[in-house]
Amino acid sequence: MNDPHLGFIVASYAIGLVVVAGAIAWTVIDHRIQSRALAELEARSGRRRSPR
Amino acid sequence: MIGPLRAMLMRDLALASGGSAGLGLVFFLLVVTLTPFAVGPDLALLARIGPAILWLGALLATLLGLDRLLQADHEDGGLDLMYLASAPLELMVGAKILAHWLTTCLPLVIAAPLFGAMLDVGPTTSLRVALALLIGTPALACLGAVGAALTVGLRRGGLLAPVLILPLAIPVLIFGVAACDATRDDFAPLGVLGGLALGYAVLGPVAAAGALKLLRD
Amino acid sequence: MGIFSPITALANPARFSAFSARALPWLSGVTALMMALGLYLGLVVAPADYQQGETVRIMFLHVPSAWLGMMGYTVMAAASLGVLIWRHPLADVAAKAAAPLGAAFTFLALATGSLWGKPMWGTYWVWDARLTSFLILFLMYLGLMALRSAIDEPSRAAKACAILTLVGSINIPIIKFSVEWWNTLHQPASVLKMGKPAMDPSILTPLLVNALAFTLLFVTLHLAAMRTELVRRRLRTLRITTASAAPAFAPEPAE
Repeated sequence: MNDPHLGFIVASYAIGLVVVAGAIAWTVIDHRIQSRALAELEARSGRRRSPR
Repeated sequence: MIGPLRAMLMRDLALASGGSAGLGLVFFLLVVTLTPFAVGPDLALLARIGPAILWLGALLATLLGLDRLLQADHEDGGLDLMYLASAPLELMVGAKILAHWLTTCLPLVIAAPLFGAMLDVGPTTSLRVALALLIGTPALACLGAVGAALTVGLRRGGLLAPVLILPLAIPVLIFGVAACDATRDDFAPLGVLGGLALGYAVLGPVAAAGALKLLRD
Repeated sequence: MGIFSPITALANPARFSAFSARALPWLSGVTALMMALGLYLGLVVAPADYQQGETVRIMFLHVPSAWLGMMGYTVMAAASLGVLIWRHPLADVAAKAAAPLGAAFTFLALATGSLWGKPMWGTYWVWDARLTSFLILFLMYLGLMALRSAIDEPSRAAKACAILTLVGSINIPIIKFSVEWWNTLHQPASVLKMGKPAMDPSILTPLLVNALAFTLLFVTLHLAAMRTELVRRRLRTLRITTASAAPAFAPEPAE
């Protein structure tokens, strides 16, 4: 691959990688945060009040 | 059914005569004044981009004035009376839009040839700009009402409504500016502009009233 | 009543959560395989184009992202109908989860499009009809996300965003038509004509594989984001009920 426009191709795929990896990471991290908060809240409210 | 509509119209007209109507005009004048500072006082250039500047100024003046369209009624409880009126909410919203257009947009249309002279826009083109604005600003007001209805009661609504509506106003801008081109003999862009205005005159009040109904509680 | 209605409404979403939890590992696996295959076909197998040279490889990224940008809005429009007509509890969850994904892929389409344009057109940005339409689509995504973040209460945000999405989807054909007309008005068709030569199968196959891989990626991410959104809403409901049950906590500020 000795194209004069190699830089543009690499840049495109780099941006693609950043966007896709960012979307995946954000999805995973967000799910982890929300699940942990929910588990915490359920544990706390379970201790304080009798479960339904 | 005509009674509440006329009452709404008269009330909004009376309220607007308090001075808020002139503010949009001053804003329009400011946009026209700022342009030569941005692009330089070259009259040939200003004459060429003049219709576009007039359209941009009118577009922004129309949409930025929208935050008071429904917000004041939301604050003083006037909206609740609108739900109870014997006329359909769509028509009540339509009456409000008409009042808004008469007080805010019509002055812009009348002032456009005057401001056009400041930008060295020729008399023919100036009249075409005024005509295009006359047909195009109702479409902008109807679209804007949707943004105003969606953001009613929000603390950050003032800037949000133009952000929501400006992308949707692009067709009106495109055909509005094209209709000002004096080198074109045909009135095709003007026709499309009229079609857009008619379409948005239906879509705007219906969508705005739908938003008000759904977001009422 | 106020407490029970969200809980009974969870019945269906709970089944959805269980389903997505089971489906997601499989979907992720298939997506990863397809993405790898797409990259291999696009970067190694596909030959250089006779006209665009190696730059054609950007297309394997650009076209699928553009497709997903449009698909994202279609998903949101369908979900908005679900919100307004059928009032399905999952519809708004789907609409909310699709917005950032659609915006991300629209952004990727714009970025790769301008990177493709520099060697092909000589500038990073050309106001051609397709790039301009996508820019407007991107702005509409941003507006929708701004509206959603400005409204605190989920059910109000759902209705407002649904209305805006539908008004936008009525407008999209009008915008597309006007932008294309505007484009012919100002730019005599010159370099822009080379957009669609007859596509060689050696290029078309990797393109289709990549489009499929990206679609799978979208479906996977959308499903995962919907599952997270359900957890977030459950958390919000629980917080409000515990806050109102325990006077020791400060009540949430009224909307």
